[in-house]
Amino acid sequence: MSADWRHRLAEQRGLLLAVGLFLAMFTLYIAKHPAGLTANVASTAANKGVLLALVAMAQTIPVLTSGLDLSVGMVLVLTNCLASRIVVGSPAEVALGTSAVLAVGLLCGAINGAVVVYGRIQPIIATLATSSIYYGVALAIRPAPGGDVATGVADALTGSLPGGVPASLLVLVAVVVVVWVPYRRSVLGRAAYAVGSSEQAAFMSGVPITRAKLLAYVLAGLLSAIAGLLLTCITYSGEASAALGGTYTLTAIAAVVVGGTSLFGGSGGAIGSIFGAFVLRTIGDLLFVFDMDALWQPLFLGAVLLVAISLGSFRLLGVRNRLELYR
Amino acid sequence: MSDTGSVPLFRMEGVSKHYGGVRALEDATFHCAGGRIHAVLGENGAGKSTLIKVMAGVVQPDTGSLHMDDRPVTFRTPAAAAAAGIACVFQELSLLPDLSVADNIAITNPPRRYGLIDRRAQRRIAEAALARAGASDIHPMTPVRDLPLSRRQMVEIAKALARDPRILILDEATSALAAAEVEKVFAMLRQLCSEGMAIVYISHRMHEIAAIADDCTVYRNGRYVATFATGSKTDADIVEMIIGREYKNVFPPKPAQKPAGAPALRVEDLSWVGQLKSISLDIRPGEVIGLGGLDGQGQRELLLALFGVLDGVTGTVEIGGKPAALASPTSAKSGNTAMALIPEDRKTEGLMLPMSVRENLSFAALGRLSRLGLVDRRAEAAAVDEMMALLKIRCDDTGQAVASLSGGNQQKVVIGKWLLTRPRVILLNDPTRGIDVGTKQELYQLLRRLADAGAAILFYSTDYDELVGCCDRVLVLYDGAIVRVLEGADITERNLIAAAFNLRDLDQVPA
Repeated sequence: MSADWRHRLAEQRGLLLAVGLFLAMFTLYIAKHPAGLTANVASTAANKGVLLALVAMAQTIPVLTSGLDLSVGMVLVLTNCLASRIVVGSPAEVALGTSAVLAVGLLCGAINGAVVVYGRIQPIIATLATSSIYYGVALAIRPAPGGDVATGVADALTGSLPGGVPASLLVLVAVVVVVWVPYRRSVLGRAAYAVGSSEQAAFMSGVPITRAKLLAYVLAGLLSAIAGLLLTCITYSGEASAALGGTYTLTAIAAVVVGGTSLFGGSGGAIGSIFGAFVLRTIGDLLFVFDMDALWQPLFLGAVLLVAISLGSFRLLGVRNRLELYR
Repeated sequence: MSDTGSVPLFRMEGVSKHYGGVRALEDATFHCAGGRIHAVLGENGAGKSTLIKVMAGVVQPDTGSLHMDDRPVTFRTPAAAAAAGIACVFQELSLLPDLSVADNIAITNPPRRYGLIDRRAQRRIAEAALARAGASDIHPMTPVRDLPLSRRQMVEIAKALARDPRILILDEATSALAAAEVEKVFAMLRQLCSEGMAIVYISHRMHEIAAIADDCTVYRNGRYVATFATGSKTDADIVEMIIGREYKNVFPPKPAQKPAGAPALRVEDLSWVGQLKSISLDIRPGEVIGLGGLDGQGQRELLLALFGVLDGVTGTVEIGGKPAALASPTSAKSGNTAMALIPEDRKTEGLMLPMSVRENLSFAALGRLSRLGLVDRRAEAAAVDEMMALLKIRCDDTGQAVASLSGGNQQKVVIGKWLLTRPRVILLNDPTRGIDVGTKQELYQLLRRLADAGAAILFYSTDYDELVGCCDRVLVLYDGAIVRVLEGADITERNLIAAAFNLRDLDQVPA
């Protein structure tokens, strides 16, 4: 049925735009790269991209409920510091440590959700406050950079598989399949879109609003913790860096928007955010292969961001009642 | 009470509901039976909406009891009422704009397989529900945002039917539908009714009620008035029941003579995207012209069009004999045009709530009250004092946030803000909504004083009393067009209601 496909395409327009943008930029990057597409080049690019993609996925879910989680970067930093202390030793210890790190991510998310839902505090300020707390805890765990991580696990997760496929990319695919796909098709996932679309209408339709919002922040915490683990594996250490946390939080919001998710909530998805993250990461690489000064990076990042989001605003040209532009 | 011969499926006794000091329902009674279509009638604010919100679990009654099949029930949430078999098609749509039609239809209870939403099953449910609602032309994957209002109403009905309810409540569910679509909905309702469903039907369109309803119940001022079989009363009787009350004279006297002179505002053949249809009117300085009709017949859009808010308006508008291009509110309020619009919702369109009374009052007139881009504090203070005195705005200090004022005083600030621009044409969009009687009375006096001082006033109100009491002439809108002009002694509540329901002449309507 062609009508079905037309609707599917329209629904995924934001995602397709991000995929197209990424493919164009990445092809250009590989074409200009002196070594071409080797396993090494691919896994380096993938590691950086996947890290931001995970944080962007984390950010996506609260944004879908028309919330925001400013603590995703600090949960990344906190779990990074924690992992650099406890994901070491025997396989059993590593397994236990990994579970503990993920549990801390869930806990951070649950705290955010509880403050937003039960405290009825605006998400932006609630998570700004908790992000500061999480950073404080990270500093307490690791006052100076250092630590270690089980080398075998780290190398397995950040290297290449036979055939040159970056292992971190598989981690990302696994997270999508295990976390995002079921969530998108669950009742609470549907409820998250409903809440973001119109909270009043969602209430009138008997949608479980409270649980949907709580779960959104809990999942954001979990995904940030997975990113924290990956960061530890990439750097073999932990560091309580405020700058790193802040940068990841803000770049992840940009990735969410480039990926076609509306900051007003209700439409978009985590797959788009993944490609949004890849787009933003590739900009830096492009400047590198074109021998341009790294100083230009923020300027280009900003320009690409503006162009990408402008493409999404064309429908506003059709609005006839100008009061609606301000709603 | 008519004897319908059937056992009530749903019964409500002695239900009261107060919002703050406002009585929305008082000791209300309601019955409805399976296999019958029951119409609920009343003016704006008569309690119909509260009644169905109680039935649908959206609000909790203060007192009273609800019964289904003669067993007492309580609905704490909309979900609880839905589980008991009550589905409601609300006037304010309850659709999620970003989600697809199928997602919306299945939102209350999506079909699941292994805990996840089964999209194929959902698609089947949506297609079946759309077909049952007679709207199978709507593609289930369309985002609701992309549908026009009339199609959204059909989705809303399909959504209610997908729950397979025992009682279906339709609150103004046909207000955006054209006549042919209404016929299809009626055929569907009769079919559902023959399957044993109870249908509660709320509409302002009297001829629809005559065509579809088996029974009618009238409410007035939150109280139950009567229940009767359709056809047992004349339209005239029903309108008397809906109005019911006498009102005290709180209005200033109207001038005996019609003001002479050229029109201050002249509108010719104004239309806008199918919602305004070839509207022509003129207002002389000194006249107060009312806009009547049921809520949502284009009155707001007409005022917004004149104030330059809408794009794509066709027709001509002349101010003081000169053509005016109404490009934006900025140009509408500027020098030669000098128009002011007192908006519908003072909290979002009228006031900057956290800012001070002084800043709010001077906002629209800052052009006049500033020099070289700097606000002249002395001129501002003088202007603010003038309005505080003229309108008797009560507040401790003009520096306090306008949010801390009472509703009536807030509305005075909105009006004062526009009076400071020295408007020649004043448009008012239901300015007395939610304010106390005393302030209302002051406002009526003020309108007349402004008119006497030479302003041309166009005044939309949902309260028929106000139109009768304040206006020299009332234009009644129906479906975006002026269907009746009432003047002088012809402006009566009875005529206004008849015109609002687009009944040609009450006395000639056969019983």
